[in-house]
Amino acid sequence: MTIKHHISDSLLMAYSAGQLPEAFNLVVATHISMCDECRVALGAFDAVGGLLVESTDEAAVSDAALDATLALIAAQKPVADTRAPEAGIFPAPLAAYVGGDLSAVKWRSLGMGVRQAILPTEKGASVRLLQIPGGQAMPDHGHRGMELTLVLQGAFSDGVGRYNRGDVDAETEKTQHTPVAEAGLPCICLSATDAPLRFTGFIPRILQPLFKI
Amino acid sequence: MMLEGLTLDKTDAPGAALSYARPAKALLPVRGRSFVNVQDEVDWAALLIAVRDRQDKTAFAMLFRHFAPRIKAFLMKSGANAALAEECAQDVMATLWQKSHLFDPARASVATWVFTIARNRRIDALRKSRRPEPEDLPWGPEAEPDQSEAMEMQQETDRLGAALAQLPAKQRALIERAYYGDLTHSEIAAETGLPLGTIKSRIRLALDRLRHHMT
Repeated sequence: MTIKHHISDSLLMAYSAGQLPEAFNLVVATHISMCDECRVALGAFDAVGGLLVESTDEAAVSDAALDATLALIAAQKPVADTRAPEAGIFPAPLAAYVGGDLSAVKWRSLGMGVRQAILPTEKGASVRLLQIPGGQAMPDHGHRGMELTLVLQGAFSDGVGRYNRGDVDAETEKTQHTPVAEAGLPCICLSATDAPLRFTGFIPRILQPLFKI
Repeated sequence: MMLEGLTLDKTDAPGAALSYARPAKALLPVRGRSFVNVQDEVDWAALLIAVRDRQDKTAFAMLFRHFAPRIKAFLMKSGANAALAEECAQDVMATLWQKSHLFDPARASVATWVFTIARNRRIDALRKSRRPEPEDLPWGPEAEPDQSEAMEMQQETDRLGAALAQLPAKQRALIERAYYGDLTHSEIAAETGLPLGTIKSRIRLALDRLRHHMT
């Protein structure tokens, strides 16, 4: 599997700095679980953060703090690592939000075979799983904000690029695209937006509040 | 996107005086070994490994005295009051101990590792939201890095710190604002002018070693 479309440096830096909404954090963390190139780049941005911590002024810490910390440590329970699940198509961070793999997703139909499942995150941005039958187009839509879409199964094309498992498509308010799922397995994507999508067709726009797209 | 052209062997340049890294090391070539550190300098990675392998409380106390006041300052600059920042600094240091088995000195310096834990604690405490993290990469058999890998990672981090110190003040301030939480994600631009190419190569080597042992 070769990933061709990666997370941009500005998004990786924002993720490292801790400035992304939770919905986008989930897409970035899921992609990095599948992509060593972006894991390496994140490591470099984290090193910048480390240098800032190292070079910051010191704020005096009370004498009792070390003992209090040792008491915290004594009371700690071992943490479970977030390692790759044994099988399935969802990397660990996504599986944690879904509560399992593909079979655990609580889909809701959007009509025409398209299904979605909104995952619970903090307000300000939203993230959903989308399933589009092979060969079918998503409604033509523009964006008011940013949209970050990660392919988990199948593939789609939007006239500009072709996206396979692991690839990330970043769209902004300037772009208008019509993603079409490739024939074969249904295309399953994880997609985060920080504003509602803007459909150009009449019917989808009426349905939009209903489906919370 | 990133500027890779900056000369990196300038740790003794005047600009490095306000270094982001630790004080510039005095490195001398020695027969049989490439470099030796002639200054007394604390090896934070060795201390954290002592905590990991032997639950060494003396080593932990040294890490605590160095990093806890810095974590507290970092969190206060990010908007926490002194009491919350100190409470979180204790949590961060406790997590450092708890997750020490995942620390890989060939992939990150201790300060980098501390930063990622402090950042996550900040999101938790100030934004009250979850922070999804990528999957951990488990140690495979014989995946433990040798000491030279860890040392090269530290040297690469120091060079990056020197390069960071030499950036124009305005650019440096922008990077600081990004990491202290003053910029929204749309305001963060990728063109930081940071020469990240060489540290990426080093992290890549460590990751490839780990992947090789995992399969």
